Amino acid sequence: MLSKIKKEDTKGSRIIVTVIGPDKVGIIAAVAQVLASNGINILDISQTILQEFLVMVMVADMSGSTRDMIALKDKLAEKGREIGVRIDAQHEDVFNFMHRI
Amino acid sequence: MLTLQEIMETVNMVQEENLDIRTITMGISLRDCADPSPRAARQKIYDKICRLAGNLVKTGENIEREYGLPIVNKRISVTPIAVVAESSKTDNFTGFAMTLDEAAATVGVNFIGGFSALVHKGFTNADHKLIDSIPEALATTGRVCSSVNVATTKAGINMDAVYRMGQAVKKTAELTAESDGLGCAKLVVFANVPEDNPFMAGAFHGIGEPECVINVGVSGPGVVKKAVETAGDGDFGILTEIIKKTAFKITRMGELVGRTTARKLGVPFGIVDLSLAPTPAIGDSVAEILESMGLERCGTHGTTAALALLNDAVKKGGAMASSYVGGLSGAFIPVSEDAGMIQAVEAGALTLDKLEAMTCVCSVGLDMIAVPGDTSAETIAAIIADEAAIGVINKKTTAVRLIPAINKKVGDYVEYGGLLGRAPVIPVKPFSSAAFIRRGGRIPAPISSLTN
Repeated sequence: MLSKIKKEDTKGSRIIVTVIGPDKVGIIAAVAQVLASNGINILDISQTILQEFLVMVMVADMSGSTRDMIALKDKLAEKGREIGVRIDAQHEDVFNFMHRI
Repeated sequence: MLTLQEIMETVNMVQEENLDIRTITMGISLRDCADPSPRAARQKIYDKICRLAGNLVKTGENIEREYGLPIVNKRISVTPIAVVAESSKTDNFTGFAMTLDEAAATVGVNFIGGFSALVHKGFTNADHKLIDSIPEALATTGRVCSSVNVATTKAGINMDAVYRMGQAVKKTAELTAESDGLGCAKLVVFANVPEDNPFMAGAFHGIGEPECVINVGVSGPGVVKKAVETAGDGDFGILTEIIKKTAFKITRMGELVGRTTARKLGVPFGIVDLSLAPTPAIGDSVAEILESMGLERCGTHGTTAALALLNDAVKKGGAMASSYVGGLSGAFIPVSEDAGMIQAVEAGALTLDKLEAMTCVCSVGLDMIAVPGDTSAETIAAIIADEAAIGVINKKTTAVRLIPAINKKVGDYVEYGGLLGRAPVIPVKPFSSAAFIRRGGRIPAPISSLTN
């Protein structure tokens, strides 16, 4: 049991960044810039257009970042307000726990 | 690899459908705080709660932000105070409630449960003192919740306790009449009470529980409602399958938050409570789930069957999602806390009788229901006795949280705001139960074969 908990600890560096809002030029660039300036490596990007809204999901690795999750969320939310989209970040655990047995 | 659809499903549940963790509740044993001096006992209680729960709120808030999942409440449950205060030389336990209140304020939790007694078979001296102290304790504190277990399937129903609690509910309503009987929203009378329930007002830390533990209550009626809507006019097999899958996903979040909180605080993880707990927010209603299954109004014929289906499917889906399930684990049907229930009462579709029938197939009981202020203590006791009988015979938890609305009549409202919501005063039967209730004694435990 203990070893399992430890394993979960080290795995916890991957985050999922979600962006929802009206599509426009420069959204990916803006989000990527926030992540890059905080030392966060983007592993995967996928996006789609639902009705007229852009839905974008990034998987990123925080292991090289000195920024903590809470501060990063604030930065992303601030950038989102600036460019008129909703940006959020959550630990990957949340999604794995919900969708994978 | 996760798909875009899976990720957006989770994000939508939180952002659009009110998915949240309703409560992380730290259970704390106070058994080592007993002392002949009530003053010394109270100091030990205060110190222990502040020591163990000092980081509870902050830890909860950090997890909330890291995972992006709202954790609505951080709370504490403690050993029933009747047990802790038993050896203290005092006749009034209100002081202990005040200490709990102070400790709760210091650590920043909004409710602390455990001003409680277990009297299903009889009273100890301390049980008498505790029950006598309930009205004053609830009137003089803001965060303390009280519960009393008056019946179990193994012991039967302590009808003396039922009558005493009828009187205690009435007295509490009178002492807190200025706030619409708010004290009664913090007082639950149970049959077959679970010892690890994280939900207020009925939470306490049972005698068989460890020194300290984290229990989690999930929520998510809004998520289930959206899922039920996707079933369209599919048959009951399709409907239950969808609810099960949704309950699994909701419960996984509880499991994740519970395990993480327990690890960060260095205490054992207890249980996830699989209850669907509504809030007054539109769309976060158990009544609306039942209506989206095809009932014009919650409370009409078919409601009990719909609720039974819902409750069972939630348990089946949730049971696989968590390694330890416990607490109340069933759909809650509190009237004041559920916008759909309030509308159903206003439309005349939902009555006290139908609510009683619904409690046969779900947890927890007659919850947050306002009755006329002139309802007698005997009638309240008789309502408690009916619920206890349902619990005892059906081997399930039942509870009563009634609010006698002092100086108010049928059609008036009690208003609390926040999670407690508002409730229309609904009628009780005008015929007396007094001679029955005043008999006293105990209704024996039921036979467990010959089950019809």
